[in-house]
Amino acid sequence: MVGAVYGLFALGYTLVYGVLRLINFAHSEVFMWGSFAAVWCMTAFGARAGMGVVPAIGLLLAALVAAMLVSGGVALLVERVAYRRLREKNSPPLVALISAIGASFVLSELMGLRDRVAGWLNLSGPLAPYIDRAREYTQFTNPLANVEIVNLGGFSVRSNQVIVLVAALLMMLALDQFVRRSRLGRGVRAVSQDPEAAALMGVNQKRVIQLTFLIGGLMAGAAALLYMIHIGVTRFNIGFILGIKAFTAAVLGGIGNIRGALLGGLVLGLAENYGSQLFGSAWKDVVAFALLVVVLLFRPTGLLGESLGKARA
Amino acid sequence: MSTTAPRPAERRSLGDRWHEAPRVLKVLVWALVALFFFALPLINPPLLSTPDSDFGSVLFTVAGYGLVALGLNIVLGYAGLLDLGYVGFYAVGAYTVGVFGSLHGDLPWPILVILAVTVSTASGLLLGAPTLRVRGDYLAIVTLGFGEIIRLVALNSEFLNQARGIQDIPRPPSLELFELPTLSWDGAVATVDLNDTSVFAKFGLLDGVPYYWLALVFIILILVGDTLLQNSRVGRAWEATREDEEAAELNGVPTFRYKLLAFAMGAFIGGLSGALFASRQGSINPETFIINLSMLFLAAVVVGGQGNRWGALAGAVVVGYLPERFREVADFRVLVFGLLLLLLANFRPQGLLPPRRARRARKATQQLQHLEGTEGGARA
Amino acid sequence: MRPIVKIATPVAAAALLLAACGGTTGGSSDTSSSGAASGGGDCPEGISIGFFGALTGPDANLGVNINNGVKLAVEEHNAESGACQVAVEEYDSQGLPDQATGLATQAVGDENVVGIVGPAFSGESKVADPLFDEAGLVGITPSATNPALSENGWGTFFRVLGNDATQGPAAATYITDTLGKQKVYVVDDATEYGKGLADLVRQDLGAAKVKDNTVQKGQTDFSAVVSDIRGSGADAVFFGGYYAEAGLLLKQMRDAGLTQEQVAFVSDDGAKDQGLVEAAGGPAAEGAILTCPCLPPEEAEGTFAADYEEAYGTAPATYSAEGYDAATILLEGISEGNVTREDLLAYVKSYDAPGVTKQLKFDEKGEPSEISVWAYKVQNGEIVADQEIGS
Repeated sequence: MVGAVYGLFALGYTLVYGVLRLINFAHSEVFMWGSFAAVWCMTAFGARAGMGVVPAIGLLLAALVAAMLVSGGVALLVERVAYRRLREKNSPPLVALISAIGASFVLSELMGLRDRVAGWLNLSGPLAPYIDRAREYTQFTNPLANVEIVNLGGFSVRSNQVIVLVAALLMMLALDQFVRRSRLGRGVRAVSQDPEAAALMGVNQKRVIQLTFLIGGLMAGAAALLYMIHIGVTRFNIGFILGIKAFTAAVLGGIGNIRGALLGGLVLGLAENYGSQLFGSAWKDVVAFALLVVVLLFRPTGLLGESLGKARA
Repeated sequence: MSTTAPRPAERRSLGDRWHEAPRVLKVLVWALVALFFFALPLINPPLLSTPDSDFGSVLFTVAGYGLVALGLNIVLGYAGLLDLGYVGFYAVGAYTVGVFGSLHGDLPWPILVILAVTVSTASGLLLGAPTLRVRGDYLAIVTLGFGEIIRLVALNSEFLNQARGIQDIPRPPSLELFELPTLSWDGAVATVDLNDTSVFAKFGLLDGVPYYWLALVFIILILVGDTLLQNSRVGRAWEATREDEEAAELNGVPTFRYKLLAFAMGAFIGGLSGALFASRQGSINPETFIINLSMLFLAAVVVGGQGNRWGALAGAVVVGYLPERFREVADFRVLVFGLLLLLLANFRPQGLLPPRRARRARKATQQLQHLEGTEGGARA
Repeated sequence: MRPIVKIATPVAAAALLLAACGGTTGGSSDTSSSGAASGGGDCPEGISIGFFGALTGPDANLGVNINNGVKLAVEEHNAESGACQVAVEEYDSQGLPDQATGLATQAVGDENVVGIVGPAFSGESKVADPLFDEAGLVGITPSATNPALSENGWGTFFRVLGNDATQGPAAATYITDTLGKQKVYVVDDATEYGKGLADLVRQDLGAAKVKDNTVQKGQTDFSAVVSDIRGSGADAVFFGGYYAEAGLLLKQMRDAGLTQEQVAFVSDDGAKDQGLVEAAGGPAAEGAILTCPCLPPEEAEGTFAADYEEAYGTAPATYSAEGYDAATILLEGISEGNVTREDLLAYVKSYDAPGVTKQLKFDEKGEPSEISVWAYKVQNGEIVADQEIGS
């Protein structure tokens, strides 16, 4: 279940890597900002548990839009601030990675210090419900009750799980179709296959790159909302570990491969779950990291192979 | 410290003059610089000294970071390998000392240090042998995973005492040769405070200064080794590998072996620094070795200037000293680092003290210009 | 205490290599420098007590609570007529053991500091207390509850609250006897504190423990643990750890339909923080039980609670009263003329007087002779005292 979230989140890594051949280290914070957007949206509309089903669904959709917009915006910002200048200067990938690490620190700490930042801007008063206890977990109020749908001999399926899984699959499907069918999607694939040839064919590389970041950000925003439905809390520093997981998922499925990201996410989610059962919950992260190392060593192209363009199966 | 490197504006002339200076003078100047750093905790200079924390202890921390930065500089700066899990080697060094010196053994300190660097070097080889074949940016993630795995294993395995960590880690053997007084300052007037002394080479609990001296000795040794190595065949091979791996390989440089060597040397120094840290601290626990520390080390090298050993040291001073000196901004430390990294990557990717081009390379350029000049094709 | 010999040998700053740095105008020499403590006067100028703990950083909440208690005690002391004026030195460790070395060395090196309240946490105590011990500087911790701390033979270690060895059995008895639960699932967070306490609970539960699990600090997804709890058929969960993870585990248990009636949730003093209610999200936290070897502030003797509220505008929080008591012991010692570290240490050792939390007296290891453990309960989103469960 959390695997579906990893998959959506991993798209951002996969897309950017496919086009730029760079690991977007700041993508984790794009996700984190999206999760806060979802929380704030609920706070702003005064969501509470037990309101009617229709307004509740409306609120969740509003939160989805808010999270996607904020994440998309932050992703564009990252591209503008951390990448564009370096790309124009043709800097080595290492410098871009360091720049992204810097951007990720700044984004995460700005959120963690949002009470201070609001203080500097003299906005502490009006923003109080949004900046309280900036370094602690913040609660996401889910207005929709989490009801049990079926119970098969102790194994129960709850509505939240269904929502997360279905929404993630729908998102993936939509994105997959977009990249395969639309003009812009063709542009993305063209640039990832051969940037120079694509440029010669009249593809606006700059716009394609922006689009890639935007799509990755939108998907991370959607993933953030689903994560909030699933887990229910966020904090300024949740991005880091989840980002590593999502990146692992991307590599697992074959980085640069959209369907691979989903598959990688699901496989990782399952591996973590079985790992916890086998070795105890404490070893969950070790299992995830060990899986990553093993995959990189023995099948560095991932389960489904790399590259956005060629990925068809 | 920035005082040891020439100012950028006068770099060429000063650098050349320095190069031409008589050997005696050079040795003398180096000795003076070294003496100054040894005397620093005793001079306890106002403005530089840390008001809120013990100056000697802070200096030890800075020196520890300096050692780490030198090691990471070999990996990142010379060989161009991005290691995001450097804290793993630091932890391996610290834990080796802890495990064999206190938890499951009782070995004397010098053997512990040798053991620590051996184990950490071995772990570097073990990690590097399979992973250095993968692409550069994958390497970054694999090492990141390695750093976390080391910490999680320490946290979760009974053998390493889990979160309790290890206590009563042995200290270096004390010599207690002579006592040195500290200066205390009131405005610009200094008084010799005979009450606050540091005993030379007495590794006790309270005085951080002898540990600082010890770390400084190691730094100087590493610096010498580093200089010799960089100017040797190995250094050139690293440079070639970093600049263009395929071209280097075609020219007969066994790049993989040199990368592995750099990785192992980095692990060696990381382990040494971890061992020193554990001996000073007396107790360690897994929480010390979080991934943020890796980022801090990385920041030291990048801020200072990767590929320049003085830059790495300067970077270590920036990340180790400034937050202790200005403890009031401690909450904003990470934010400031992030901004610094972002700005540096965008506007000064070479770092504060960029590596000077090897003298050899400069001479070659001069020769080239000279040749071109004689042929009449005078180009700038 | 070493005699203070200060040979006034003014050295011109300019003579040193640091000419560029010391560009201040020459001030008066060392007349103002403090530390003339050996002069026999009953109240040396500048005498101070230190507070050692996190005032910034992620764990600052507890540190600030304690520090406020300490400052209140000092202000009240200084306001008494003819009192020896005592200052407070704050050593902000951010709760990090690796910062503790430098700060503890600094405290030891400052001759004016005759006693310490703290260190606040067990981890930093392990680093700082050996230094205090070597320097003979008395340290009274108001909050570090790791039982092993008093087993190190540190002559300067004291604490004013019960350690986890008293809390663990009390919590186990409470779960089996008061709550009447016989199938307890014990989770810890792999930290020194959380695991140490959970192990004690496991030991005391004996056959009433059905299963164990370990999670990680910073973990957010506890679904595997929750389904394991469900599968084990447990009727109670004990969590050893801090409030953030406790709150998340609690929330995810309740989300999965495990109510407090079906599976009672019990945790420890590290989870006794409003952050638990916030992480769990209001309703999910209702009814959760938290044990703590600390006295409910409203039970404190005298006017402490009212004074604290007047001074800081909030009710005293966890460990504020303990911080007040620890500081009071040191201050009374100073008032009675014990102005050297040696004298103050001896004074603390033989101290026996009522404080606001309890009768304060220490055994030879530095443990308090009187201990009370309380159970607290989350009610209407607030953590309120439920009953005393052991002493």
